[in-house]
Amino acid sequence: MAKIKMSKKATSIDMTAMCDVAFLLLTFFILTATAKAPEPLPVDTPASTVDVKLPETGLVTLTVGKSEGKDKVFFGMKDRDVRLKTLELMGAKYGVTFTPAEAAQFELIDEFGVPIEGLKQVIAMKSADRNKAGVQPGVPMDSLNNQLKDWIYTARQANIELGKNKDLDFAIKGDAKQEYPQIKKIMDILQDQKINSFNLVTGSRGKDY
Amino acid sequence: MAELNTGDGGGKKGGGKVRSKKQNSKVDLTAMVDLAFLLITFFMLTTSLSKPKSMDLGMPPKDDSTEVNTDIKVDQKRTVTVILGDNNQIKWFHGLLETPEPGGSPATIGYGKEGIRKVLLPRVTSIAEYCKTRPDYKEGNGMIVIIKPTKKATYKNLVDILDEMAISKVPTYAIVNDLTDPEKKLAEELNKSAE
Repeated sequence: MAKIKMSKKATSIDMTAMCDVAFLLLTFFILTATAKAPEPLPVDTPASTVDVKLPETGLVTLTVGKSEGKDKVFFGMKDRDVRLKTLELMGAKYGVTFTPAEAAQFELIDEFGVPIEGLKQVIAMKSADRNKAGVQPGVPMDSLNNQLKDWIYTARQANIELGKNKDLDFAIKGDAKQEYPQIKKIMDILQDQKINSFNLVTGSRGKDY
Repeated sequence: MAELNTGDGGGKKGGGKVRSKKQNSKVDLTAMVDLAFLLITFFMLTTSLSKPKSMDLGMPPKDDSTEVNTDIKVDQKRTVTVILGDNNQIKWFHGLLETPEPGGSPATIGYGKEGIRKVLLPRVTSIAEYCKTRPDYKEGNGMIVIIKPTKKATYKNLVDILDEMAISKVPTYAIVNDLTDPEKKLAEELNKSAE
């Protein structure tokens, strides 16, 4: 009796090509991933189900949070040219002159929270020292010395002077535990300048919430 | 795959030459591929998922001029007021505080699926239907939610309630900062009970 022989297939598969593709993709994702910038005022944003991404350009972020028991507000601009122009205009307004080297360093700062009188020292610091908790006291925003209002105003002015055809967007990035009056204060400052539409920065949560 | 070895162990019996044993050049790539795909997944998810989301909030323009008509008459059957208090508590009522609509007298409730959404969702449809029966019906008329945060409310509460508006598809909502005296009393009650 002739037995029917089953042809034996090799159990090992050639994985070279698969490995190549996998590593190619891996390299791509590693390179495109942007490293998270260190934040001088870390906040824990509340989650929401909205699915609208925060704009990448033309945005000013007002970070509201608590550090060392005090409410602080930090100011950050996304666009570098706006940063430079705003610093120039703010310097002129408050009578502080910045050297070109200082301006160039300021261009690299994502977010800061100091009165303009102390901005020079912060610029001179190393980025690691600058982002330590408690180094920066927050931008003053009381009625006597409302520098936050001026920063917002000059940032918008700078944006217009740079000839951009899109207005700056403003985003409030608040800590989940931040009490409402502080948020309201920021909203009031924005609304006093007729900015009636702004973004609230949130994290994402599942759709079935 | 590149295979260099041909005929492993095919040496002649009793031959003079001693051949060095050829090693199999095939490497098992399974573990490496596994690792690579794991890392790919990690990087893919972290790049797109960690992007912060933004919630658009439009506030009514502040009018400095006093002569604008501040009290626009709104059907009280359409309004639901929510007062955000301490400790993630909400006080809500439907209609006027003094004469609430049936089933809408002031009550304390929490956030989320089991809380305020149970109040809002049925009312969104029922009020929309009610509005259609009105002679002055206009497209888009429906429920109006008035959000009144107290001093004890947190930013998270505000985002949560706005999120709730989006989930329940409330057509009109507004954040109002000044509470009337009876509402203040209600808010105090709420904040005290939470302590």
